[in-house]
Amino acid sequence: MKKIVDAVGSYFILLGRVLRKPDNGKAFRRQLFFEMRVLGIESLPIACIISAFVGAAVVIQLAASLSNPIYPTWITGYTSRKAIMLEFAPTMIGLVLAGKVGSRIASELGTMRITEQIDALDIMGVNSANYLIMPKIVAFMLFSPIIVILSVFSALAGGWIFGVISGVITSYEYLDGLQLEFATYDMVYGITKGIVYNFIIASVSSFRGYTVTGGALEVGQASTRAVVESCIVLIVSNLALTSILI
Amino acid sequence: MIEIRDIYKKFGEKEVLKGISTVFETGITNLVIGRSGSGKTVLVKSVSGLEKVTSGEIFYDGRQLSSMNEMQTTALKREIGMVFQGGALFDSMTVAENVRFPLLMFSKLSAAEMDKRVDFCLERVDLPKTHSLYASELSGGMRKRVAIARAIVANPKYLFCDEPNSGLDPQTSILIDKLIKEITEELNITTIINTHDMNSVLEIGEHIVFINNGQLWWEGTRHDVISCDNKELNDFLFNNEITKRADL
Repeated sequence: MKKIVDAVGSYFILLGRVLRKPDNGKAFRRQLFFEMRVLGIESLPIACIISAFVGAAVVIQLAASLSNPIYPTWITGYTSRKAIMLEFAPTMIGLVLAGKVGSRIASELGTMRITEQIDALDIMGVNSANYLIMPKIVAFMLFSPIIVILSVFSALAGGWIFGVISGVITSYEYLDGLQLEFATYDMVYGITKGIVYNFIIASVSSFRGYTVTGGALEVGQASTRAVVESCIVLIVSNLALTSILI
Repeated sequence: MIEIRDIYKKFGEKEVLKGISTVFETGITNLVIGRSGSGKTVLVKSVSGLEKVTSGEIFYDGRQLSSMNEMQTTALKREIGMVFQGGALFDSMTVAENVRFPLLMFSKLSAAEMDKRVDFCLERVDLPKTHSLYASELSGGMRKRVAIARAIVANPKYLFCDEPNSGLDPQTSILIDKLIKEITEELNITTIINTHDMNSVLEIGEHIVFINNGQLWWEGTRHDVISCDNKELNDFLFNNEITKRADL
């Protein structure tokens, strides 16, 4: 228990160092664009591919479960859209990105720590936490709406294509359901969740990487812990956010 | 000049530095020597401010480190250059970008002035045509020289070198030693070198501090080392097969 309290305390102390005015605005912007490419753009393909297949599975499952004449024909499209926009797109992709982005951040910062690159920044008078971590958090949060929107689009498209090909639903029924009672708030809800998740992934992974002590073995362990802890915090916060936002 | 007074450093219950006091003068090469685990790296990191001392005082030209606020500490750090054991070059940057980095962060120089200063520093360490290479493309000796160039690019007043010869062949080690000594004299800076290299001690040891078991065991110059009768120091420096065979 003491270890958990220590870790939480250290996490917030580190966040206090991260969330400060950058030493040099130009250097910050350069790092920000670099991280947008590395953490944002490079995450899009995997987010789209996984979303398409998860969307397909959701539609096929729902169509099979709701294949009863008492349900209206649009129900599969409507429920799929709700499930994908509110839960699958932000949460599922959040968990996937916790693995991809979280391990990358933790191993990058961990390697910088054990090779004394972070000490080199500190000795120059650079706020290393701010210089290294802030652009990652900001870039990943800024990219969150794009990731969530593309993920929703891919999942709905995947569901449409695979649902029609497998014959569980017609194109008309699916599209009719998708368009029924569309609420913009659902998209805002999904994007809000995505932004919070991306903050969690970037900050928890950065904390684990930045505070590594030891060698290559410890960097590997930190990377694993970053992914596991990001996933746990993400799932817990999902429950909290769902209760607040719904 | 850096003066340290009665500094102690503990990690948990383990006391690594036990009341060390000395003065590191400007314009000469100050060497901190000792066996692995003796506390010399912790001493250098404590003096440079990378580790916080448990007790004791450190003065940079009369300015007390412990009484400085955050802004003053940051300002002091900008007067410090450090050469790390492995070079600690930023992997994602080229040689020129590594050397330019301290200028980019804090100086008000124009891009052309920065380029000129980077060129000068790289030429000073005898690496004039390496600007576009990445750290992974450099040999150990080149990495150390780039690290020296980066450490001096912002005209530091204080230079710390953590085992600058480790992993280098004897010839390259001598080159690095000479380079550090020349830079110290040219820029008239306070240089502290942490080493366990006997050649460095005899080549450039103008002020040598021998740390044994966390305590300052012996202090003197390279000339004093030869005639010294301190058993621990002699064991550390001369108790190896080569010196035994040479009957030193």
